[in-house]
Amino acid sequence: MIAAHLPALQVVVPLISAPLCLLLRRPGAAWTVALAVSWFALAVALSLLIEVSIGGPVSYPIGDWAAPWGIEYRVDQVGALVLVIVTAIGAVVMPFAGASVAHEIASDRAYLFYTMYLLCLTGLLGIAITGDVFNLFVFLEISSLSSYVLISMGQDRRALTAAYNYLVMGTVGATFYVIGVGMMYMMTGTLNMADLATRLPAVADTRTILMALAFLTVGLSLKLALFPLHTWLPNAYTYAPSVVTAFLAATATKVAVYAFIRVYFTVFGEVDLFEIAPMVPILMVLALAGMFVGSAVAIFQNNLKRMLAYSSIAQIGYMVLGLSFASVTGLAGGIIHLFNHALMKSALFLALGCVVLRLGTVHIDGLRGLGRRMPLTMAAFVVGGLSLIGVPLTVGFISKWYLVQAALEKGWWPIAGLIVLSSLLAVIYVWRVVEIAYFRPAPEGSAAVEEAPIFMLAPTWIMAGASIYFGIDATATLEVARGAAEFLIKGAP
Amino acid sequence: MSDETTILLCIATPLAGAVLIAITGSRPNLREAVTLVTAGVVFGLVASLFPQVLDGGRPAAIMGEMLPGLAIAFEVEPLGMMFAGIASFLWIVTSVYSIGYMRGHHEHNQTRFYIYFAVAIASAVGVAFAANMMTLFVFYEVLTLSTFPLVTHHGTDEAKRAGRVYLGILLGTSIGLQFIAVIWTWTLAGTLDFTEGGILRDKASPAVVGVLLALYVFGIGKAAVMPFHRWLPAAMVAPTPVSALLHAVAVVKAGVFTVLKVIVYIFGFDFLAQVASGNWLLYVSGFTIVAASVVALRSDNLKRRLAYSTVSQLSYVIMAAAILTPLSAMGAALHIATHAFGKITLFFCAGSILVASHKTLVSELDGIGRRMPWTMAAFAIGAFSMIGIPPTVGFVSKWYILRAAMEAEQTFAAAVIVLSTLLNAGYFLPIVYAAFFRAAPAEPATAGGPALGAEVGNGGLPRNHGHRREGHGEAPLTVVLALTVSAAGILFLFFFPDLPFALARQLAGVAG
Amino acid sequence: MDVLGLFNYWIVIVLMMIGFYIVISHGNLVKKVVGLNVFQVSVFVFFISMSKVRGGTAPILEEGIEVYSNPLPHVLILTAIVVGVATTALALGLVVRIRDAYGTIEADEIIEPEEDGA
Repeated sequence: MIAAHLPALQVVVPLISAPLCLLLRRPGAAWTVALAVSWFALAVALSLLIEVSIGGPVSYPIGDWAAPWGIEYRVDQVGALVLVIVTAIGAVVMPFAGASVAHEIASDRAYLFYTMYLLCLTGLLGIAITGDVFNLFVFLEISSLSSYVLISMGQDRRALTAAYNYLVMGTVGATFYVIGVGMMYMMTGTLNMADLATRLPAVADTRTILMALAFLTVGLSLKLALFPLHTWLPNAYTYAPSVVTAFLAATATKVAVYAFIRVYFTVFGEVDLFEIAPMVPILMVLALAGMFVGSAVAIFQNNLKRMLAYSSIAQIGYMVLGLSFASVTGLAGGIIHLFNHALMKSALFLALGCVVLRLGTVHIDGLRGLGRRMPLTMAAFVVGGLSLIGVPLTVGFISKWYLVQAALEKGWWPIAGLIVLSSLLAVIYVWRVVEIAYFRPAPEGSAAVEEAPIFMLAPTWIMAGASIYFGIDATATLEVARGAAEFLIKGAP
Repeated sequence: MSDETTILLCIATPLAGAVLIAITGSRPNLREAVTLVTAGVVFGLVASLFPQVLDGGRPAAIMGEMLPGLAIAFEVEPLGMMFAGIASFLWIVTSVYSIGYMRGHHEHNQTRFYIYFAVAIASAVGVAFAANMMTLFVFYEVLTLSTFPLVTHHGTDEAKRAGRVYLGILLGTSIGLQFIAVIWTWTLAGTLDFTEGGILRDKASPAVVGVLLALYVFGIGKAAVMPFHRWLPAAMVAPTPVSALLHAVAVVKAGVFTVLKVIVYIFGFDFLAQVASGNWLLYVSGFTIVAASVVALRSDNLKRRLAYSTVSQLSYVIMAAAILTPLSAMGAALHIATHAFGKITLFFCAGSILVASHKTLVSELDGIGRRMPWTMAAFAIGAFSMIGIPPTVGFVSKWYILRAAMEAEQTFAAAVIVLSTLLNAGYFLPIVYAAFFRAAPAEPATAGGPALGAEVGNGGLPRNHGHRREGHGEAPLTVVLALTVSAAGILFLFFFPDLPFALARQLAGVAG
Repeated sequence: MDVLGLFNYWIVIVLMMIGFYIVISHGNLVKKVVGLNVFQVSVFVFFISMSKVRGGTAPILEEGIEVYSNPLPHVLILTAIVVGVATTALALGLVVRIRDAYGTIEADEIIEPEEDGA
């Protein structure tokens, strides 16, 4: 039965097609493989999501070694949702990649791009699917190493230093995570998440576990760019090739947030985590600081990719804030924002990719009058921007609604005020771009610019359209997010 | 046609119209025909709901859930019926007007103008028919965004700055305050449906009610309660039809309409009167009425004066609602209608003057009544209605608000009404007087001193800095036609106020 | 507490801090990589030493062997070493390309003006 092996296929197919790309060498062929694999992975992820929604979590022992000794792949609602997000972004970004990569990456290196993309996809999917804390580390490093390479492929030489800095910080983060895993293993003798969840409460009071929690938190926070551990992110997003930025911004940090949720709500699910350590105030303060610092810095950026990168730091703040509420609504808000932000940020970065293709720059001054010259691209950008602000009928509205509701349910109305206040900062940086693009005339004597090709516009608008569609009818996504949050809060079976 | 289809069509038709306008954009005649036909159809659709609502029916439609438990839903009740009726009727008039204005004034990007206009009307109707607070909020925000390109239509730096103020205040208040209020209501009451008698009874303490009311009133920036009124004068950089329909009718009325709706259907009059923590609203709105009137008195720019007059008149509605008696609710509802007709007429006149003579300042209007008799006659009728002189409809609503204030023994409110009536007279009557009874300056006065040889300059060349056409007459025909219709409406409604009365009475019944 | 009995952890901590310090303080990109390696090695030592059971032997199934060390962390560390080697290789590869692009591997010397038109 092939259906029973879906969890394995989800990870194995991208993994083995990566070297295939390496062997094919021709950019077109490699692109075809990457495209096919992306769509296949999306199909698998969707069928897993449906299976999980109907029949509950799916467990798959790798190599038939029973858990907790062997490595277990475990798909529950949260995991399945993340799988769908990652694969969907991949599936939409890949058609875009064809033209964009040809434009931004030398053709003799293009096949390496697709190889690395597939490895990165493997890693990200692996993180979302595995039920083993050490295996998670391995996948984390697979995705991270490949994303360092992807970032370093940027045209600007600063891409190299950005990738190097990301590598150093990412490795420190991953190593911290391993230390945490080691300490948990010392105390419990197991690495399986479900098994850990049952054994941790007995030893939760020890200093070792407290240290483990600290190491895990710091390590993962580095990966998900929680303020103030975000310093690698702006340069990495700014100088990476457009496709890479769009893909990583929508997936890499999201998956790290997912890992964070896993550790907090599954591994430590049975422990009253917020009792043994003051995690609520710590996370909440950092999340709020990230929201404000990210948005405030974004206002002053002239490079639009960098502006969006800082905006991502703020948006990550929203997600962490959501889960720091430790309530069903809050966690659902965090998870739904994970999904929604992936949609809007990829739409925005893809739109910028179109701009780079035609203008070769994403400096704000270069966008003068672009609203007339590339109307569809800029319209997609505006949709994404409105979504960042949280205007109704966009996905951003749904996220904000849930986060504010979560804050008010707890009676923390100042937090609710801060959430909307920081989203008003988004108005400023989004509107700067709108004013430049629509109110300034195009520079004198600039070359005629035409719209981006359909292969790039279509993915951009799929994402922009999705951020409207799921903003109008959020019942389906919210049902999944709420289901996932309830499942996490009530503890894994 | 079922009610559901009619309601959805009321909103879908202008949107479809917007698409058609975009398609036919290259052929102005066809494009404007589409606009007019769409406006006519929308009004027909809205009007077809009238009889049912008058009989006490509540046609409803549900579009599907947006969030679990929260649907985008519509229900037509008297107040919404009235608002939608006014907006859709005046859209026809304004469209006629726009055609003359936009062509006469050689505006660019006319297609974009008509498209966003249609979208704005769709969202105004959406606001009017919303069955719950979330639906209302959604359309409220769409209204803000769809009017932004209209406000900044000219694309100049001034328009851009105005656009910033406009968006900053409207988005800032709605996301910063109203959004929280909506979700707070949701967490307290577990529903957001507009329900007779309110949904917050026994669910919120008096203190919470006070805070919540403040979040709503100030969060509904479109109602222009001070200190969140600055966007309205700023929005006056827009072409006049926009100021006329949107910033005298659709947008600002959406604001006070929402406030009224919140007070009647979310809090409930009884409940609000009982907890008494909303009394401050009376004073805030009273202050706005007087303060805005004073500013209007001192503005020389005609559109700016009208804008501040609007700020002041909007607070009449809010103050009336804050008196919290059935009679005052009736007065508030009526005032929405009467002010709409009055103010749109005044704006039409301001635009007419601009198109015909390129004058924007009150001080330039001496003697203009002889050149533009129709325009200035209509202006006089509009001004009388603002002041509340019979036989204009403005008298009717003011009468009810005043009576409500007396009966409720709200001396403050009564005093405010009397004082502001005097102020209204103070800033409108001189214009009328100057237009008809002062001699026209043959040459506009220069900074250097009084112009000499006034008669000589009469046939002189146009001054090089402006496009002043000294020999101007009336504005284009469609412009005059539109303002005549709306002025006639003011008089007509005074003698035949049955329809708005019937609707307002129903609302009063709900509120009581 | 038995301070000396926990000497392996002391070594781990010292190594870790040395590695971390090098990563943070050194501007030379190669030295940073070396520091990163020291940092990672300290974790390897941590895992390996914690699974050692005093008096135990290698975990080979044979007669007479009752006490043996826990093999699992050793296996994990094999994986981690592989990851570490890959990281080091990639980092050094990047350093080579940075040297090609900038002509230096000192962090201080490759700082460019932030404002850019990229």
